[in-house]
Amino acid sequence: MEKKNVDIKAFLDADEKKDLLRFLTAGSVDDGKSTLIGRLLFDSKKIYEDQLTALERDSKRVGNAGAGKIDYALLLDGLKAEREEGITIDVAYRYFSTNKRKFIIADTPGHEQYTRNMITGGSTANLAIILVDARMGVITQTRRHTFLVSLLGIKHIALAVNKMDLVDYSKEVFEKISAEYLSLTRELGIEDVTCFPLSATEGDNVVEKSQRTPWYEGTTLLDFIETVPIHLDRNMRDFRYPVQYVLRPNQNFRGFSGKIASGSIRKGEEVMALPSMKRSRIKGIHTYDGELDEAFCPMCVTLTLEDEIDISRGEMIVRPDNVPHIGRDFEAMLVWMDEEPMDPGKQFFLKHNTNLTRSTVESVEYLVDVNTMKRQPGRNFRLNEIGLVRITTAKNLFFDPYSANKATGAFILIDPISNNTSAVGMIVRPLGTGETWQADVPTLDLTKLGIAPEHHEAIEKAVRELSRQGLEIKVIK
Amino acid sequence: MDEQKLSHLQELEAESIHIIREVAAEFENPVMLYSIGKDSSVMVRLAEKAFAPGKVPFPLMHIDSKWKFKEMIEFRDSYAKKFGWNLIVESNMEGFRAGVGPFTHGSKVHTDLMKTKALLDALAKYKFDAAFGGARRDEEKSRAKERIFSFRDKFNQWDPKNQRPELWDIYNSRIHKGESIRVFPLSNWTELDVWQYIRLEQIPIVPLYFAKMRPCIELDGNLIMPDDDRLPKEYIPRIHQRMIRFRTLGCWPLTGAVESNATTIEEIVEEMMTTTKSERTTRVIDFDQEASMEQKKREGYF
Repeated sequence: MEKKNVDIKAFLDADEKKDLLRFLTAGSVDDGKSTLIGRLLFDSKKIYEDQLTALERDSKRVGNAGAGKIDYALLLDGLKAEREEGITIDVAYRYFSTNKRKFIIADTPGHEQYTRNMITGGSTANLAIILVDARMGVITQTRRHTFLVSLLGIKHIALAVNKMDLVDYSKEVFEKISAEYLSLTRELGIEDVTCFPLSATEGDNVVEKSQRTPWYEGTTLLDFIETVPIHLDRNMRDFRYPVQYVLRPNQNFRGFSGKIASGSIRKGEEVMALPSMKRSRIKGIHTYDGELDEAFCPMCVTLTLEDEIDISRGEMIVRPDNVPHIGRDFEAMLVWMDEEPMDPGKQFFLKHNTNLTRSTVESVEYLVDVNTMKRQPGRNFRLNEIGLVRITTAKNLFFDPYSANKATGAFILIDPISNNTSAVGMIVRPLGTGETWQADVPTLDLTKLGIAPEHHEAIEKAVRELSRQGLEIKVIK
Repeated sequence: MDEQKLSHLQELEAESIHIIREVAAEFENPVMLYSIGKDSSVMVRLAEKAFAPGKVPFPLMHIDSKWKFKEMIEFRDSYAKKFGWNLIVESNMEGFRAGVGPFTHGSKVHTDLMKTKALLDALAKYKFDAAFGGARRDEEKSRAKERIFSFRDKFNQWDPKNQRPELWDIYNSRIHKGESIRVFPLSNWTELDVWQYIRLEQIPIVPLYFAKMRPCIELDGNLIMPDDDRLPKEYIPRIHQRMIRFRTLGCWPLTGAVESNATTIEEIVEEMMTTTKSERTTRVIDFDQEASMEQKKREGYF
């Protein structure tokens, strides 16, 4: 695209249609993460010359790359405070694009605040690049980062085995590290994992295929992130529409504005409002650019209904045959983000979609040691601690397990005094009977129906799957 | 649409609209800060989109330093009128009457008084609890780390080391009395995204973005276009005509033009993609002191 004779109109027409991939990078302090990102930006030729001039100047002053070499990491360390400390302190976002895709990088540091930062940077990521030093292999921090990636439900991982130049581009070293890592990700249930032998400082297999790894038959890292399919990663099945804003420009128009959290909806379809359970049909899907016949996540639209139904912010529009859990009690994985430890028994504001409610952490089931992934007892949370809790809210929430639907399974806890975001959570499963919904739950009495015990397990499995899709069936044996 | 897949621009648009609606729903008294620049123009259009077919439920506010290009002011007034915006214009009148300006007081004093102080005074006057700004994370290093909902204490200060965690699309809008949130709906847009969106949506922008023969002088390596009679007299003989355009818009003595032949958005983009200078180099204030934008942000300037 740098060619002078480029047809700019054709370029723009094509460029407008590119999709967007958000990725997280995680590595330990010395894994060369900033160098790798600098290399991706640099080699994809999106660094402007004056930034480069400033970089050369900064390299001379404080660079760590050695005489005459550009310290790519300096491109990324933004804040003055950090430059003085020599480490990145928070999440930094970087942007670049290639002929195939646009990218947003969430760059998170590897030091002791890693959990909070990584969770923050990774919450919207489609993909994670995990760095390891080829000399060190899979270390505790690698396990920790990978556990956090699995916790956030990031579906694709690229393992960057970096500094291959320092192990003489050894095939054996690469294969050993890859095998060890793949066994870790299998354990955590992450399916799409690809390993790359790289040297970020030398540029091997980052953007250009390296001559120094003739044994490596895979693609470059850039090729991979340019082509990995991501649009199916969202939940496109379960229509969830948290009402964000009620739009009443005049007496004839009563619209419900929101972002489609998951799934899709068509004009004319039957829908149900929660918690009122009132049913109606979609009269129109409105946008500034006109009406649509169909809309899907994550589009922002305004829906009008055939019938006058009173719906407010915080309520949800769904399909009558595919509803989320409705209830006040659930189990969730909680990550503590506040310098102040949790005060058990304190009430928090819980924000879930467009809903804000008071809530309490009823109990801490266990904490997870992020290094070993082992469970351990605990009653309290401190900064960066992760664990399973039971939460009760003051009003009903409409939710799905995070594993089935990120958009309706995530929440934050806000300290009512400091107003800080103290913790973030991912719902694991509902607790209790879900009293509001119970009346309508169909029951399968397996004994009464004369179903033999050997079939019970299969039926229960099918019921669990239906439950995941929002259809609750009670099973009695 | 067949594949149920959004382009990056559609995805960014949805993200921004969601943010804008969230602010309208959760704050009592939000305002959209309007700089009249291209990013502001996109933000304003996104607000119009967020509430269509209704009206945007918050006002637009321009902090007029009294040194803006005349074409900006004309554009501002005609846009607001055409699209039915409630427009607030505020200035530091005390500073204006005292003759504060970049030529006499230097860019730092001018910016502090005519921009930062004017903004802080206006926010206090109307008791706004949330203010939208059109800043993008790719503009400048310190912005790359700022949240979309950026918490400000009662002195409007930003603390880069003590930012609220911000995950998924769940924004924490809880504040105490006197505190506020600056909201950046365009955080994840790049300069190219903005231009592509302007092209795609045919969003009106100030004509100064397009190249034209204009009077200018060279001042400290910047091409400055004298826009009124406050240019110190000794510079007048140096005025000459050149084909120039602006990559950013601000106070005319502090905004450098670039020589260009780009008269259409396509040509601007082409120029941008083959150019070797990033956009803020034409902004004089960034070079005042090291890490100066971060300093200004801490003090309450965006």
